Amino acid sequence: MSQEIKTFTISVYTENNIGLLNRISAIFQRRHINIESLTTSQSEIKDVNRFVIVVKITEDQAIKVVRQIEKQVEAIRAYYHTNEETIFTENCMFKIKSELLFEEPQIQNIIKDSDSRIVTVNREFFVLESTGRRHEIEELREKLDKFGIMQFVRSGRIAVTKDEMKVSEILEEFKNQ
Amino acid sequence: MNTETIKKEENKTAKTERITGCEAIIRCLIAEGVDILYGYPGGAIMPVYDELYKYQDRIHHVLTRHEQGAAHAAQGYARISGKVGVAMATSGPGATNLITGIADAQIDSTPIVCITGQVPSHLLGTDAFQETDIVGISTPVTKWNAQVTKASEIPEVMAKAFYIAKSGRPGPVLVDITKDAQFEEFDFKYEKCTAVRSYNPIPKTDINTVKAAADLINNAEKPMIVWGQGVILGEAEEELKAVVEKSGVPAAWTILGASALPTSHPLNIGMVGMHGNYAPNKLTNECDVLIAIGMRFDDRVTGDLNTYAKQAKIIHFDIDPAEINKNVKVDIAVLGDSKESLGLLLSELNANSHESWLQEFKDLYAIEYDAVIKDDLLPEKEGLTMGEVLKEINTYSNGDAAIVSDVGQHQMIACRYAEFNKTKSNITSGGLGTMGFALPAAIGAKMAEPHREVVAIIGDGGYQMNIQELGTIFQQKVAVKIVVLNNEFLGMVRQWQQLFFDKRYASTEMTNPDFVTIAKGYHIEAKRVTKREELADAVKEMIESKSSYFLEVCVEKEDNVFPMIPSGASVSDIRLS
Repeated sequence: MSQEIKTFTISVYTENNIGLLNRISAIFQRRHINIESLTTSQSEIKDVNRFVIVVKITEDQAIKVVRQIEKQVEAIRAYYHTNEETIFTENCMFKIKSELLFEEPQIQNIIKDSDSRIVTVNREFFVLESTGRRHEIEELREKLDKFGIMQFVRSGRIAVTKDEMKVSEILEEFKNQ
Repeated sequence: MNTETIKKEENKTAKTERITGCEAIIRCLIAEGVDILYGYPGGAIMPVYDELYKYQDRIHHVLTRHEQGAAHAAQGYARISGKVGVAMATSGPGATNLITGIADAQIDSTPIVCITGQVPSHLLGTDAFQETDIVGISTPVTKWNAQVTKASEIPEVMAKAFYIAKSGRPGPVLVDITKDAQFEEFDFKYEKCTAVRSYNPIPKTDINTVKAAADLINNAEKPMIVWGQGVILGEAEEELKAVVEKSGVPAAWTILGASALPTSHPLNIGMVGMHGNYAPNKLTNECDVLIAIGMRFDDRVTGDLNTYAKQAKIIHFDIDPAEINKNVKVDIAVLGDSKESLGLLLSELNANSHESWLQEFKDLYAIEYDAVIKDDLLPEKEGLTMGEVLKEINTYSNGDAAIVSDVGQHQMIACRYAEFNKTKSNITSGGLGTMGFALPAAIGAKMAEPHREVVAIIGDGGYQMNIQELGTIFQQKVAVKIVVLNNEFLGMVRQWQQLFFDKRYASTEMTNPDFVTIAKGYHIEAKRVTKREELADAVKEMIESKSSYFLEVCVEKEDNVFPMIPSGASVSDIRLS
């Protein structure tokens, strides 16, 4: 088993219950593992939530953490994947003074080149939204930084896996028991 | 009709009754077969106590003297009976005082349900009087927990609580119920929980893994079994015995596995671990196949992992997939319930015997006997040893007693020397190592099985951690036998200070009160023994007593427990002195 520290995306399918976030994050805390990002949302299955957790650990740790998560009563299934095994992205927003949009023509080029979208514009500020890998968003932030950013926010990673998850099959199996 | 439709039809016809949330809690407990619970009242749980008052002919509430005592008593009850133990407390400090018992139950897989009162839901998050986030606090040490803020949620949550606590690998569950939910009226009906969709308590046993395991065992020359509490929790004692006898494989146990196979069984080769027996520890590093059954390779069992059974093929039987390869890499994992998987294994095994291999254990036992056991059990020095007290208890209880031990030197001595004829007879805090466990746990054990002899063996340190439970013993007339092995030290820490900290006895010496007077203050018959010639008669008198009895034995102050695997050393580097 590789002892190399890598970025893993841990996907967890769960019931939608109060306290589960605490229960899952405690598994990482107890092992002194820093969570790089954590996103939860509805999954493709009705009433089933999906956690996407990004951590930098060894594969050995990833296996053990996934088993500890699956051990939780309200966790249906957990998986770990490397970057290569997932399609992933992050989302970000910039709030910038509107006057810059007219005073600094470069900004318009940056927006175009980065495939960003202007979400809203008013007299004081405009909001730019972009999607991409971490380094793309960082690049964009650096480019805009010199003009002054009023607010910046980046989401955690969201990811889908290349392989199948088979969670609905597990739930189907339970129903037919 | 499929089963789901049938269930729905039944639901339509199931009678509902309009009752309060607090009455519903009691009715749920009765429906789950609870006839005894341990607890302590307070503001946020008072409505439930008011109902308990009305139901006292059907459910016996035991007032402990501290909520920690209630949690440990529920554990003792569960450990000896295999049933779910129940503890109840109020919000805030009542709830937090349960935590040590809950954490202990979590690491030792003990099925308990803890019910806590909570401030009314409109006060949640307001820093109300005796408000604490007990669901948040208990999350890492519970198998499952939930907060109830509406009476209508009570039946389902309670049913789930009992099902989850007991099924699969057991564990503690906490249900926190706001005071307004206790008062609220609703239409009550109760259905037992039999499944939770996100929860797979017993993984299916793959027959191919069983066959592969049997193949290894059948072809092994020096196989060795190490079983743990999983055998007891899975009620697989008969299957274990059959497997051991058919295969002729010598079998050792972890501290929590003790008593699953009688001490006297010829293939029972003793305890593994830090203060376990010499032979099974030493030969762990010489066996060719190591068969671990319902145990979790705790660090106190394995010592240094880099030198643990490296020469052996390892087979691991366990119900919990998270235990596989957690600490020790195994060659074959057999998942599933121990009763089922051992049953399957039995039919795949060849009848065999390993006489010369078994002889190696006997030879090493002889070395341990000369170096350690003889001096422990038949001492020639003046001071009393803990071992000889155990020997007398064995003699007068005929090995039928349940031994409830606390944590420390006396615990290791109790586990090493107690003779067990019956399963579920060794009740001790294994994983968490909770001093103060034994006195309340013994209360729970004795109340669960009043016909059994229950002997608590406690050190002078741990005894004083929950000594207030003498009040419970007195009030409830619990005929538990209490043996305090008094060396006026926190003995195990002192032993480490002697061996590894150049005898700097930092805060381990104890100036103790007169324990006999204290016991007598609670009207418990009490005696102190300081001389060898008084010991046998005193133990006999204690065992023969029909009521609770306190026996203090003043033992040698600076005795050490050996053998010992120093922390971080290899199992084969076990020391005899």
